[in-house]
This record gives sequence, C-alpha cells and structure tokens, in this order.
Amino acid sequence: MTGDPVPVPQTARRHIRLPGLARLWAMFIKEFLQLRRDRVTFATMIFIPLMQLLLFGFAINTQPKNLPTAVLSQENTDVSRAIVAALKNTSYFSVTRIAGTEQEVDHWLRAGTVQFVVEIPAGFERALRRGETPSLLIAADATDPVASGTALGSLSGVVSHALAGLHGIPKAQTSAPFEIRQHRRYNPASVTRLNIVPGILGTILTMTMLIFTALSVTREIERGTMENLLSMPIRPLEVMLGKIAPYILVGFLQAALIFIAGYLIFDVPVEGSLLLLSGLSMLFITTNLSIGYTFSTLAQNQLQAIQMSFMFFLPNILLSGFMFPFAGMPVWAQWVGEALPLTHYLRIVRGIMLKGSGLTDIAHPAMMLTALTLVAMTIAVTRFRRTLD
Amino acid sequence: MTAAPEIAIEVEGLTKSFGDKTVVKDLSMHVERGQIYGFLGPNGSGKTTTIRMLCGLLTPDAGHGTCLGYDILTESDKIKPRVGYMTQRFSLYQDLSIRENLEFVARLYGLANPKRQAREAIARLGLSGREEQLAGELSGGWKQRLALGACILPSPDLLLLDEPTAGVDPKARRDFWNEIHGLAADGLTVLVSTHYMDEAERCHEIAYIAYGTLLARGTVEEVIASANLETWTVSGPDLHDLADKLLAADGIDMVAPFGSSLHVAGRDHGALEAAIAPWRGDTRFTWTSSGATLEDVFIDLMSRSQDNFQ
Repeated sequence: MTGDPVPVPQTARRHIRLPGLARLWAMFIKEFLQLRRDRVTFATMIFIPLMQLLLFGFAINTQPKNLPTAVLSQENTDVSRAIVAALKNTSYFSVTRIAGTEQEVDHWLRAGTVQFVVEIPAGFERALRRGETPSLLIAADATDPVASGTALGSLSGVVSHALAGLHGIPKAQTSAPFEIRQHRRYNPASVTRLNIVPGILGTILTMTMLIFTALSVTREIERGTMENLLSMPIRPLEVMLGKIAPYILVGFLQAALIFIAGYLIFDVPVEGSLLLLSGLSMLFITTNLSIGYTFSTLAQNQLQAIQMSFMFFLPNILLSGFMFPFAGMPVWAQWVGEALPLTHYLRIVRGIMLKGSGLTDIAHPAMMLTALTLVAMTIAVTRFRRTLD
Repeated sequence: MTAAPEIAIEVEGLTKSFGDKTVVKDLSMHVERGQIYGFLGPNGSGKTTTIRMLCGLLTPDAGHGTCLGYDILTESDKIKPRVGYMTQRFSLYQDLSIRENLEFVARLYGLANPKRQAREAIARLGLSGREEQLAGELSGGWKQRLALGACILPSPDLLLLDEPTAGVDPKARRDFWNEIHGLAADGLTVLVSTHYMDEAERCHEIAYIAYGTLLARGTVEEVIASANLETWTVSGPDLHDLADKLLAADGIDMVAPFGSSLHVAGRDHGALEAAIAPWRGDTRFTWTSSGATLEDVFIDLMSRSQDNFQ
C-alpha cells in the first residue's frame, strides 16, 4: 500500500445502455461465484443424479432373480437330484441351503435367510412314475409379494423341463405329471400394504431422525452459541448423548403413531412381540439419530447437514428392500444395502409384524443396527471439534 | 482446594496462525490475581484469539503458560470450570428464556440446586419479573448484563470478557464497570478487552496489542510515560487545513482532531518545537502544552506498528 490517494476512475459514472441487463449479469456472476465456493452443494448436484442413475440402472430389478432358496428333500433319487440341479440352473432361484428338518426351514424363513423352500416329499419319485401326479411343496415368504411373484410363476416350467430328460417318467401330454402346491406364508393374500406399511414406518423414521440431529451441532455453530458451550466444562460424549436422548422419545412417539394408524386404518397385524418391536424400533431410532449427529459434526453449516442427510437417505430408500426386492439386487448393491440401517430395520419390522419372529430370528439385523450406532457415535465423538481451531 | 496462586495468567511466546496469517505473534503476559487487566488494540489485532487461547478454545501453535495455575496446553479441562468467558457476540440461547438460560448454565457447571441459583442470579441482575422473557428479545444492555450474570453464576476465579460493552449505552457501561470493580474487590481476576479509552483508564493494568504483537503494557501512567510523547493542543479556525500542513512537517508524529481542537504530538522535544514554530506566532491559533492522553499514545502506537506491518 502507498500513501497516494486512490485515483477516481473517470469512466465510473458513465451510464451504460441496458442497465437492467447489467444488473442481471451482476446477479448471474455473483450466484455462480457463491455456487463455486459451496462445494457440498456442488457435490450434491453431481452426486444425486449420478447415484439415481446408477442405482436405478444397475441395482434395481423389479423382476428379481437369484432369490435365496432352501431345498428340503425327503428322498434321494434321480428325480430329486434333477429338480435341485434344475433349480440351481435357473436364474430365478439360487439354492443356498439344503435343509434336513422342517424346523430348520421354518427358522430360515422367519429370519429371512431364504425366501423360498422347495420341499420334495418322500415317495415323490415313485408316485411320479406311477402317474399319480404327486405334489411338490413350495413355501414362499410373501411379505414382499413383488419379490416372490415372478419366481413362483416360473417354477412349474423349470421342474417339468428337468423331468423331461429322465427315463420312465410319463411324458406330459396336456398337463404336468405333478402338481405344485404353493404356500404363501405370512401374507397369504399378497396384500401389498402389509409390506408397505412397515416399510413406510422405517422410511419416515429415517428421514425425520436424520434431520433432527443433523441440524443440532451446525445450528449451535451458526447461532454462535457453540463458542459459549465449548468454553464450559462439558465433554463431547455428554453433548452428543444430551442432544440425541430427547429425540429418541420424539421418534418413539412418531413410531407409535404409525403403528396405531397402520393397525386401525390398514389392518396391519403385529404377529410377534410388541415389546420386542418397541425395543428394536428405539434402537433403529437411535441409529439414525447417531448418524444424523455425525453429519452435524462433519458439516460446516445447516444446509450442508441437510444435503448430507439427503444423500444418505436416497440409498436407504432404494437399496434397503423398501422399494425394490433386496434379493433381486446385484451383489455389490446388496453389500451397500447391508451397511444401511433401514435394510436391517425392514427385516426386523417385517419379521416381527408379519412373521411373528422372535429375537433369535432377527438377532443378526439387531446386532447390525447396534454396530452401526456405535460406529456413528465413535466417529461423531472423535470428529466433534472441542476447539474453534 | 489448593492455595490459590497469586498469578492468574502467566503466558509466554503465544503464537497462533490461521492459514498463512499470523494472528498472534510471540505474546507474553502476566496478570496478577484480583486485577482488572485491560486488553486493548485495533480490530483484528488478535485480542479475541488470545482470549480464546487462554480458555482452551484455541490451541496455540507455539508458546506455553498457565491460567489459574493450570497448563493452558494440557489442562483446559481444569481451567474451564473456573473461568467465565463472555463472548463478543451474545452466545446464550436466544430461544430460551432468561431463567432457562441461567438454569442451563447452573446445571452444566454442576451447581447444587440450579433453580434456586438461577432465581438468585435473576434477582442480583435486577431482572425479577422478567425471567420468562426470551433472551433474544432483550435489548443490547440487558443481553450484556445477562451474559455477565451467566458468566459469574458458577463463581469463577477468572473472567475473560471480550469487548463486553460494545454497543452499550454510557449508563449501562458505567454500571457494568462498577460491577466489575466490585467483583475484583472480592478477589476475582478480570481480563477485559475494549476499544474505549475511558474503560482502559478504569483498569489496574493494560496491555496494548496490534497486529498480533504486544506493544505496551503496565499501568495507564506507565504506558503513557513510556510512549514519551509530547503533546500540544491547538484551537482556532481552518484546523483541517492546519492538520494537513502539520502532518507534512518533520518532527510531528501524530495529528488528531478532537472536536474544535487538534492534538499535535511528537516524540522528539526539539524537533516538535521546531515543527510547530511557524504557526506558534499565528494569532488565530491558541497553543497549549498538554500531557499526552492514553488515546494519543494508542493512536501513535498503532500508526507506528502499521508502518512496521507494511
């Protein structure tokens, strides 16, 4: 700097033509500059369409294939082996388990480990050779009707084709030499709302809980109260728990409201323990609150916190099995889905409400939710800035 | 409790940079217990940064020291419960009432019976009957009183006040200072940053900081004496014109208008006399030799450090 006076430009006061256009241009430039500084908004603009495109294009499949299937074979014959081999060959089923007992099969279905159980009854081969049209039993987890529909439709053709090559089996003339007895479990009438209402519950809780805590730290920073708070003797863990706890109650009331409405208006039953459902719903609420709080410690301001929450919310909706069948997604998408709390909560809610699952059936998703909560809390406490540096 | 140390703040070589901008440079200070220590300097000189380093809100890049006998680098958990920090910007919850804010502070510091503590604080502040009013609705003066009330609620040993009276009317400022003196008489140490010269003169000791460097410290008299500034007050017509001419003359370090007069100052007695000689005889002007005021000294310090800074 020098002591010389700043020269006043002589052209400064000259009027230009089209002043309106100049003002518009000034605004245009200013908006662009601000947009460029706001990196998270910029990332949102790129990331959200890209994510939507990739997820809808590659991960989502409304005609799901490779659905996990268990086989319970009561006999060991060339016919039973041919059926298992044929199931393994189709793209609809993926035989992941061979069962020994009925109990095993029931547990797998309740826990959601498999979606179908194909049971070949004892004496199936003999009855078939005699032309007695024996029954092949198939039990389907029909909590998500979309996921099981197509696969069930294809089953008859798959089995007929497998048997056609075998010796001594009567050739099908007008109808198949066997019949398929379907047993749609948990949602026999394939009512979509029985699946949707628990899903909506999880989705609403995810969105509201994330936002509540995502704003909590950034709000204190923006309003200037953080400086005062940090100068007082309080620890990051205490700040976090103190901010999360009130919303657990809020979330619980919200959940109760949806349960009651679901029960009264949509006739959605609660087959299992209401206490277990309440407890695990609280856990799920806490998971989302912790994740929202973590965003709050990472974001610079409230807008960024909202944007982060939204970017997290989107895969929760698309990859959790809420909108599209989980089992139909490619493996990589399933791995992403496993890291999302809604995926596990859906298994819990559908299990308890529709299948009457107990804690042992849904121990895995419950543990996953606990793990996600602890990871989020650890990140939040370590990321919480104790100073203004 | 251990015997209270006689020294409230003792820091050496504090340095803090943000990016490539050094905000506080090699700052040392020493504040005794029960003192009101004034912290002065222009905007952006590093006062707030220094205060934040003292209470553990910022980590110094270099330097060390103690606050209330605890290491500022490693023991900020022990410092925080005993320090009341009043931020420059009102930082209580605007959407909570006066009572709720005070109860929050009382609970956070683990005081017994927070409701009663808050009620008593409200009575002390003269806010009885308004306890349910939202803090955000208070006027500037009352916000400042409330903030001070919240700071002293946990009976701290040290108060750090960052420009507490900015934007507050003279009456409220005077009341505020009376209160500060009362607290200091009870043994509380107060470090207060300010821009007001009259406030600086109400401090036991002052430190002047500019561009992150401590330029002068001591009692008001000591600071004025150490500046070694000789000052003349001149009154008369066309002072603006005269000021321009005087500034151009050698031997004059500072010219500042004060209402209908000018303060003209220089560090070298002979050079100053020589410089003003051409106008001394002009009958239109009245010249009086006056002692330098604190403000003269600060403006001189500031302009000199600015020269160094550039």
